[in-house]
Amino acid sequence: MFARLLYESFRRQKRRKLLAGVAITLGVAVATAMIAVATDIGDKINRELRSYGANLLVTPQEDTIDVEIGGVNLKPPSDGNFLSEADLPKIKGTFWRHNILGFSPMLPVNVAVGVPHAQDVTLVGTYFAKHLAFGKDEFTTGVRNTHPWWKVDGTWPADDSSDILLGEHLSQKLQLRTGGTLTINGQNFHIAGLLSTGGVEDGQIVAPLPVAQHLLGKPDAVRRVYVSALTKPEDALARRDPKSMSGELWDRWYCSPYVQSIAYQLQEAIPHSHAEQIRQVAQNEGTVLSRIKGLMLLITLAALFASALAVSAAMATAIFERRREVGLMKALGAGNFAVAALFFAESTLLALLSGLTGFFAGSWLAHQIGRSIFDSQITIEPVLFPIIMAIAVVVTFAGSAAAIRRAVKFDPVFALRGDA
Amino acid sequence: MSSPTPSVAELRATAPHTSMFLRMLVRAAVLRRGRAASALLAMIVAAAVATAMMNLYVDVQAKLRKEFRSYGANIVVVGKDGTSLPADALQQIETNLGGRGIAVPFAYVVARATNGQSVVVVGADFDRVQKLNRWWSVSAWPTATGEALVGMRALPVVSPDGKPFDLSFQGHTIHLNPAGTLQTGAAEDSRVYLPISEFLAWSGVQTTTIEVAANGTAEEINGIVGRLADTLPVAEVRPVRQIVEGEARVLGKTRATLYAAAILIVLTAALCVLATLTGWVFDRRKDFAIMKALGASESLISAFFAAEAASLGAVGAALGFIIGIGIAAWIGRANFNAPVVPRFSVFPVVLAGSVAVALLSAIVPMSLLRRVQPAIILKGE
Repeated sequence: MFARLLYESFRRQKRRKLLAGVAITLGVAVATAMIAVATDIGDKINRELRSYGANLLVTPQEDTIDVEIGGVNLKPPSDGNFLSEADLPKIKGTFWRHNILGFSPMLPVNVAVGVPHAQDVTLVGTYFAKHLAFGKDEFTTGVRNTHPWWKVDGTWPADDSSDILLGEHLSQKLQLRTGGTLTINGQNFHIAGLLSTGGVEDGQIVAPLPVAQHLLGKPDAVRRVYVSALTKPEDALARRDPKSMSGELWDRWYCSPYVQSIAYQLQEAIPHSHAEQIRQVAQNEGTVLSRIKGLMLLITLAALFASALAVSAAMATAIFERRREVGLMKALGAGNFAVAALFFAESTLLALLSGLTGFFAGSWLAHQIGRSIFDSQITIEPVLFPIIMAIAVVVTFAGSAAAIRRAVKFDPVFALRGDA
Repeated sequence: MSSPTPSVAELRATAPHTSMFLRMLVRAAVLRRGRAASALLAMIVAAAVATAMMNLYVDVQAKLRKEFRSYGANIVVVGKDGTSLPADALQQIETNLGGRGIAVPFAYVVARATNGQSVVVVGADFDRVQKLNRWWSVSAWPTATGEALVGMRALPVVSPDGKPFDLSFQGHTIHLNPAGTLQTGAAEDSRVYLPISEFLAWSGVQTTTIEVAANGTAEEINGIVGRLADTLPVAEVRPVRQIVEGEARVLGKTRATLYAAAILIVLTAALCVLATLTGWVFDRRKDFAIMKALGASESLISAFFAAEAASLGAVGAALGFIIGIGIAAWIGRANFNAPVVPRFSVFPVVLAGSVAVALLSAIVPMSLLRRVQPAIILKGE
């Protein structure tokens, strides 16, 4: 009889059930989409923050200091130590290799350009989009990846060519354009494009790494390596000195993608190197990230609250409309418990059905948001499903409870007379 | 007939029709408090959420921009071809900024340490640097005269044992005390920093670079760059693309996410109001039937229901607006430690939206009911 009452209630009151159901579906859909976006936004924004460039710098361990003002290196070129280019692919062999989105070696060389009046200019050798392999891993890395704000008017040189990029300001000074030829230390180089970075590189020449190594006369030499890595915002553990940590704590530190632990692992991977976080980029990432994450969390809370209230209002309305039914049931001898049980069963069924629809609608929405805004998937954790369903049932229950209590308490005589 | 109190019939005859209309409106809400309250609640929630989202959408970008300023300078002003900047350059830049940012002067020379090694020495305004480059990890800022801030990598060169050291530039020697060390992971680590006044007295080199952190949108920054270039023709003014473009990108994505969230939430709220209010109006089909049976014209009934829905929408919008402002302020305080400034320009939008949704939810059931005979409704079928 109970099952039949339940079934008939859904069959005969399609409009009302549909209205309440639509409200719950929408509420659940928005809640699902917002939770999915909020849990994933940290990762997404972290990737976007990588457009600020590298957050780690690897230099030779026994390095002399840089004597550099405004991008002009005043130190003799052969001075100082170098890293070995052959060691670089090992960066992709570290524990957090999947978090390392790219790296760019740099080798600045002081050169004389132009004839007949030679000028001293810095030439930087680097990777543009170099194809490398470590073990079975193949990857492409270079400045196009780690320095996304570098713009080239012309074409990017190939990494195995001897084409060069000329800084914007330098090109004006030398009166040279794309496609022209520049004489560097007596050799002619083809200008593939003009580089604009808004930084010191505008007054420099950027060339493939072998060109710089050749000009310096040191094959395999690299002065420093910029590494762009996805990191976890710094916390108390990250700031501790790893040397003072006990075994278990040290493992936890080592296996967390803090900028410090990635720096440590880079030092392990590259012999005779020193890795340091670039504080301007690394330190600020955490603040910006936590602000955006916090904002999304609070908005998600507000959205959850709003959809809970909306669902409650819809449920309350749906039950309010049925006072006469309650009166009739009670007049026929149903107890308060039986009536309440019927309503709760109806609410639960409605919540489960609408929750299911809402969850899938919400997943689809999250997917669309991820694709249109971040050009990548927003992953919906499977664990979200039971949580969302539980929230849907609880909210529907809570929304119905007050209305059911009032409906049950009402005197059947008044209810049936229509004085509700 | 000249009794002091007029009879009810007289009162009714002379009273304007509006009073009856108002009375019906008010009584309808008072008598069925529960129903009206739940419809109003839905309305308030929708209006509050809409208000909060609109307020946040406008204000959060300004708040986030402020956070992005912790990345440091987004404009750099340098003397053309390595020359010094005019003495009043800083002042002119500050006039241009009008308090919406910070400008920090720097001067660079290459000096020799006692062991003959070259080291870059920078004169800087420490008070401003502390505000501009908050990521600098400094063990202790210089406070007394003759104290310097030494970069981590410069320390072994100039003062390996942490003792006072000498630096010479063009025959002038300065005796300095290392107050603390500086670590940034970039070029700053190889430099020695002095207060700019002491630097000038020692080297005679004027400010060569001014780093500017300006607040504002990308267009505003471009505007500032243009104005600075006009006022300082001897200088080269350029935006720091790394900072400007990174900020634009992250901000753009955040804004788009916020926008999507706002649309979703407002839409849900509106649809839930629609569902609740439609139920509410539909539920009052008996009132509708009685009015019709008593001879009310359809347009009058429609006007009555429309007025009821509209006033519900208006009251809901007003209450919701206040709550929404509160929610936005709370989110601002909780996340950015600064309340979101209430924007009253949002109110007309929220009001219009609420009334429109309320009217829409009255019209749908009305058009359904109009087709039904009052007798059938009254019979309860």
